[in-house]
Amino acid sequence: MKIFKKDKTKKITNERSLEIERERSNKSTSSSSSSNQKSKKLRIFRINAVQNPNDVPHFDEFQVPVKRWTTVLDALLDAKSYQDSSIGIRYSCRMASCGSCGMKINGIPRLACYTKISDLDTNTITCEPLPNFPYIRDLVTDFSQFFAHHRSVMPFIQNKKADIPDVNELSEYEQSPQDLDKFLQFSYCIKCGLCYSACPTVATDLKFPGPQALSQAYRYYADSRDSDKSNRLKVIDTSHGIWRCHFAGSCSNVCPKGVDPALGIQLLRSHLLGISNSEKKIAKLQDRSNNNSYREELEEEEEEEEK
Amino acid sequence: MTSATSAKRIDDNNKNDRTNREGLRGWLNPLTYGWERVSYWFQRLTGIFLLVYFIGHVYETSSLVSGPDAWAAMLELTQTVGGHLFLILVIGASTLHTVNGIRLIFTQSGQGLGKPGRPDYPYDPTSVNNKQRSGLWIAFILAAVAMLYGANVLFSGE
Amino acid sequence: MTSDSIKNNRNKNKNMTKWFSDISFLRESQIMKIHYITGVGALFVVAIHIMMRLIMPFNMSLEFENVILNYKNIFYALLLESILVLIAIHGFNGLRVILLELRQTQIWERGVNILVIVAMIGIIAYGTRTIIIANGFSLG
Repeated sequence: MKIFKKDKTKKITNERSLEIERERSNKSTSSSSSSNQKSKKLRIFRINAVQNPNDVPHFDEFQVPVKRWTTVLDALLDAKSYQDSSIGIRYSCRMASCGSCGMKINGIPRLACYTKISDLDTNTITCEPLPNFPYIRDLVTDFSQFFAHHRSVMPFIQNKKADIPDVNELSEYEQSPQDLDKFLQFSYCIKCGLCYSACPTVATDLKFPGPQALSQAYRYYADSRDSDKSNRLKVIDTSHGIWRCHFAGSCSNVCPKGVDPALGIQLLRSHLLGISNSEKKIAKLQDRSNNNSYREELEEEEEEEEK
Repeated sequence: MTSATSAKRIDDNNKNDRTNREGLRGWLNPLTYGWERVSYWFQRLTGIFLLVYFIGHVYETSSLVSGPDAWAAMLELTQTVGGHLFLILVIGASTLHTVNGIRLIFTQSGQGLGKPGRPDYPYDPTSVNNKQRSGLWIAFILAAVAMLYGANVLFSGE
Repeated sequence: MTSDSIKNNRNKNKNMTKWFSDISFLRESQIMKIHYITGVGALFVVAIHIMMRLIMPFNMSLEFENVILNYKNIFYALLLESILVLIAIHGFNGLRVILLELRQTQIWERGVNILVIVAMIGIIAYGTRTIIIANGFSLG
């Protein structure tokens, strides 16, 4: 909160940038799409926390040309290319698949590549780093806490029967489309961190895994190939675990991929409360080797377990 | 240094890094993220308010043991316009906290949130739906009705 | 007392403090189940408590004699006691949740756990004292 009081706004109005602006506007007036060409103000949060830990954050302003289809990432890259090459942005795919360009745009965490300026309906677009992630530089933030929480929920399938050392007996699981649909939605997570930055609990609780990690806990819990059910619940059933979610729904509102982390968390909690049927049928492991000895062994093991 | 140890070092160093955490600003921001965030805000606020009232109420009623005069003196505090307005707020807060709390027990048990499916553009989340939200709206309406009824009883004394 | 027994006693005390402050005898899911149950339970008993204010004109119901008569009814006294217990548990656990989310140092977390348990016991004891004394109050 303190840092925002110290904000000092620098206006980048050097001659070079104005020249570029003029050149572009001249070009655009002669082109057929001139009616789409507008200029908007981009306010970018600037800090260099790694090189100078005492750096006072401030906002820089840039006038950028926008068209109907211009995204915030396009505008940021335009400012970086033609006005200030030192702007720090992280981006990669430009199509909401990699989850790199998450930032707070006009007060809400969004993907810059997935947010059209025309949809924002404001003349000034304010870009800040994602809240709840430590600063690195400008709009680039440190995801190590976030990924540590992700790792803490064991985001991988655990099934002792799947540990097959012999490659000739490589096997696959039988999984029905119905079983797949139970977790498929949650596996679309691109780990962009938007839900983590929107969550009110994460805002103060360092130990809370956050919506991303908890929804991934459900994704693996619901997966019929996974058999480590009780251990998964134990990991999240702590004083800073799943119970610190209060269904504020902000995570689902900002998710750019429709993962709906809030739904996953509540479903997982219903299992912890014993309301949902926690009897999960573990998928059968298919034997791809020519002989059926492995399958027979498995069946024998299952029979023994049942006994 | 292997990448794994280097990653661990980063994790250890950053584990307690609170830089850029929103803090209480994150809690007290009810308007940016929709109705569920409003619910979160009200539930928390009314909860704290009611706990403070509960402690005060237990203290207030303890004056009974000191006899009729002490009780009358304590009661006088609430027999003012300010005292009545405070009690009306208590009525509203308790109704809202109760009804919204029941809604939250259902939602936090996975009820009324829809089922996981295959998300499609524009990716509207199924959990933040009007079905469960209506519980919050009902809570607001009932709180308003209870406050009106309470105001009528308190100010008319009947 | 031998040094071994002193050591054992110290460890015992240490363990007791840890046990007390961590509330480690309950898992978080169990604590939250209690939170939900006490919340729903409180709804019913508080509803009856409020209804009692409305069976006669509100101002009359708060007159000393009428209140003492309420307390003298054993069922009503038990109802008040249950309100006290249910809301103390629900309210202070809610406070614990809020405070735990605020800071995450070990001292803070232990302090919060101890504070809420002490406050819970304190308010229940104080309220019970009122109920017991008022229950035995003579109206002359």
